[in-house]
Amino acid sequence: MNDKTDVWQGTLALMVLKTIETMGPLHGYGIARRIEQTSGNLLSLNYGTLYPALLKLEQEGAIASEWGVSENNRKAKFYKLTRQGRRQLAKEARDWQQATAILSRFLSPSGGAA
Amino acid sequence: MKRLRAWLVRLAGLWPAGRREHDLADEIESHLQLHIDDNLRAGMLPAQARREALLKLGGVEPTKEAYRDRGTLPLVENLLRDTRFAIRQLRKNPGFTATTVLVLGLGLCASVAIFAFVDATFIKPLPYRDPARLVGLFETVQFCPRCPLSYPDYLDWKRLNKVFTAVDAFEGTGFSMRTAAGAEMVRGAQVTAGFFRTLGVAPALGRDFRAGEDSPAAPRTVMLGYAAWQKRYAGNPAVLGQIITLNGDPHIVIGVLPPNFYFAAADSAEFWTALHTTVNSCYQQRGCHSLHGLARLQDGVSLESADANIKLIAGELEKQYSSNRGQGGSVVSLIELEVGRIRAILIVLLSGAGLLLLIACVNVTSLVLVRAESRKREMAVRSALGGSRARLVSQFVTEAVVLVAAAAAVGLASARWLMRLLIGLIGADQMAAMPFLYGLDLNVRVLAFAAAVSLAAAAIFSIAPAWRSFSPDLRAGLAEGGRGSAGTTWRRFGANLVVLELATAVVLLVGAGLLGKSFYHLLHVDMGMQPDRLATLRVAEPDSVRNSDAKTVALAHQIVSRIASLPGVESVALSSMLPVVGGNTMWIRVIGHPFHGEHNEVGYRQVSSAYFTTLRAKLLRGRYFTDADDASKPPVVIIDRALAEKYFPGEDPVGKQMAYSGATSPPMQVVGIVDDIKEGPLDETTWPTLYVAYNQDPDDHFSLVVRTSKGEQALLPTLTVAIRRLDPGIAAFDPRTMTERIDNTSAAYLRRCSAWLVGGFALLALLLGAAGLYGVIAYSVSRRTREIGVRMALGAQPGTVYRLILKEAGWLIAAGIAIGLVCSLAAATLLRGLLFGVRALDPETLAAVAAVLSIAALLASYIPARRAASVNPVDALRAE
Repeated sequence: MNDKTDVWQGTLALMVLKTIETMGPLHGYGIARRIEQTSGNLLSLNYGTLYPALLKLEQEGAIASEWGVSENNRKAKFYKLTRQGRRQLAKEARDWQQATAILSRFLSPSGGAA
Repeated sequence: MKRLRAWLVRLAGLWPAGRREHDLADEIESHLQLHIDDNLRAGMLPAQARREALLKLGGVEPTKEAYRDRGTLPLVENLLRDTRFAIRQLRKNPGFTATTVLVLGLGLCASVAIFAFVDATFIKPLPYRDPARLVGLFETVQFCPRCPLSYPDYLDWKRLNKVFTAVDAFEGTGFSMRTAAGAEMVRGAQVTAGFFRTLGVAPALGRDFRAGEDSPAAPRTVMLGYAAWQKRYAGNPAVLGQIITLNGDPHIVIGVLPPNFYFAAADSAEFWTALHTTVNSCYQQRGCHSLHGLARLQDGVSLESADANIKLIAGELEKQYSSNRGQGGSVVSLIELEVGRIRAILIVLLSGAGLLLLIACVNVTSLVLVRAESRKREMAVRSALGGSRARLVSQFVTEAVVLVAAAAAVGLASARWLMRLLIGLIGADQMAAMPFLYGLDLNVRVLAFAAAVSLAAAAIFSIAPAWRSFSPDLRAGLAEGGRGSAGTTWRRFGANLVVLELATAVVLLVGAGLLGKSFYHLLHVDMGMQPDRLATLRVAEPDSVRNSDAKTVALAHQIVSRIASLPGVESVALSSMLPVVGGNTMWIRVIGHPFHGEHNEVGYRQVSSAYFTTLRAKLLRGRYFTDADDASKPPVVIIDRALAEKYFPGEDPVGKQMAYSGATSPPMQVVGIVDDIKEGPLDETTWPTLYVAYNQDPDDHFSLVVRTSKGEQALLPTLTVAIRRLDPGIAAFDPRTMTERIDNTSAAYLRRCSAWLVGGFALLALLLGAAGLYGVIAYSVSRRTREIGVRMALGAQPGTVYRLILKEAGWLIAAGIAIGLVCSLAAATLLRGLLFGVRALDPETLAAVAAVLSIAALLASYIPARRAASVNPVDALRAE
């Protein structure tokens, strides 16, 4: 856990949405594992924090849930993206890219000269 | 949008749902299983696999807790839980709850009901366009700051002023209207053609008066008040164009006024006619004053500059015409005219209700504090179990809000009832003069007032106990288990509250005492007559006799003799005006005294020979009129004592001659002097009055005064019927006993209302104050039970215990009365306008109030003192 980064406030929702978009309908545990794997195990995710985030997205209508059966025959609740969720993801991804682009310009060594 | 959606879902989540909880448990369980499966696959032992999964999740319960918080709105959920808890707590203490709600509801009821009157009177705008720019115009003479205008003066003011966009005139009057049942007297007003345009009122139906419709050549036209249209013509629009006969003249109905229109200065007139200068010879004379002026200020012109302009014009006219000698002018805002007369009483009543509310709040505050005191342990336990200070305070707030909400519901419902009751008590006559009170109800402004007061009360009831519970010394008190210091602190604080309550009660009692005494004085003012067993009736003779004095007198005699023949009638008289209502004035001079055209203004009444004997007035010198004093004899007059003293100082007036100030007036001989009769308002000094013989100076409008040997009330309908039977063309109206008339005068009425209402407030304040004192003393006794037990065990006699407790109460009572008396001196100055025959600083009233309050307060503290004295030392000590 030492050099792992905690999840930044507000980015978890975006990661969840992107994960579901890439993987298709997925249960909470799957989402959590996938986020860790995608980050190259650099992120430390307390799995318990995922569930309120999922509930929030569901309340906002970005995702929908349904009980189903997992690959190893366990009953699990699967989350899938709604149309609104897709729109939200596209917009937030764009915003995020823009923000990181701006920041990276500031932080790159030659920044400011151009 | 998505925020709103999420919020709605969370709001829905407030409703308890077992399914969601179950779902969450399932999901977390499935999550753990999936994780454990993975861990097992990675080669962990089953126990380790589960432990790792749980660790990574961060614990099942914290996860559920975070999930739940997101699932609903925690703030609202706490609030709901607090509210449920508060209601449960309040239910468990029905005595406390009922007392608080009733006491506070009472205070709210009184203040909200009185505020509704204040709102209807001063806050609700008058139903005219831009009412603040409207003014009334008056002529002023010495002793009469707001006197009517004469028609020629009105025309000159209208022509010469530089400050008004429009000037109009009106006169409230009665019309004798021909109906199927005979002549009926209806309330009416004559107005100049621009009157309604100046007010900015458009008719609901038909048209307004056209310019020039008030000229003598124009046909007579009339507009109906909305209520009259509904009542007399069933709201039928076909009434337009119909002919109505008023005072014998046909009038065409041209319009109906809107339903919300009223005009208090014309006493809720039903029929509004365009003023015709030919109907009344008064309109041709500059010295005859009967009109009220109405004007609209030009933009940017202040009331003061308008007043200055009118005074300037009046000054010019005074130089120009001898009739205008000593006459000024005055401009008064119309709002002041419409509602000014009840301003004083409303301020007094609102203050009274406010004080009552204050006492109620203080009382409830002490109840709430005592209760908080007894809940210290509960608070300590909750605090020890981790209840945050915010959560504990929010509990107090919630309880206060629940209490106040219940009290507000009680208060508003009863305020509505009280408002109806008060309106019902006002009576038709007084309502006609206060039309702005029609439709009085709980409106937005009144509800806002109630809400503001309730919020303030809720704030006090939540802050007070919260502040008490968390003050540092109380924290120490908690540790001791709630005995000793905390009780002492509370006793001191509660004692201050009781002193405040008692002082407020004193102020209200003094106010009520002064008003009651004024009312008593007013009713016992020397009226110079015996008003009991007098029936009165107003009469308008038909048009057929209008232009003949001989016929007018003959019919009046017929009416008098018909009434005199009725059973139970002792004597009958008539007068142009009844006592206590005021009346016309004349300018006189004494023949043989130097005279330079000054206006010696005296009251003036045409009375029949039996007038003084019927009223049982006192003849001081000379003789009364007889029926022989008629048109064939030289004119004779009777004067009252005030006139004799003012105009015949040091002389015997009987046999002297007087005349009206006009050059053509014939001399009139003084034949008698009567003691002063209250012909004008009860609360004013008697104006010198001149009585002339009706037979020599008749009038086709007059009032009958009938002295009866038995019930005068029962005779009233008989009088009307007898006159109708004589001639259906005679309008006989306004039948009333003299006592009723006196009670209904503005002077008596305003004082009676204020005396009763403030008296009611004061009585309630006394009860609440005594109850508050009882509460504090009883609490003190319960706290000191052990001390008293010890004292008695050591040999103290019950008398000593009484003294101990009553001394404590005595200090509070003395402090309350002393502070209250000082405050009431200030309050009494507020009442000054309503006082009569009693000074604001009235030692008798102050002493009586101090006595009443002391007795009530001592009684209230006697009960706990007796309980203290009957403490059984053994029980008291064992209880510890």
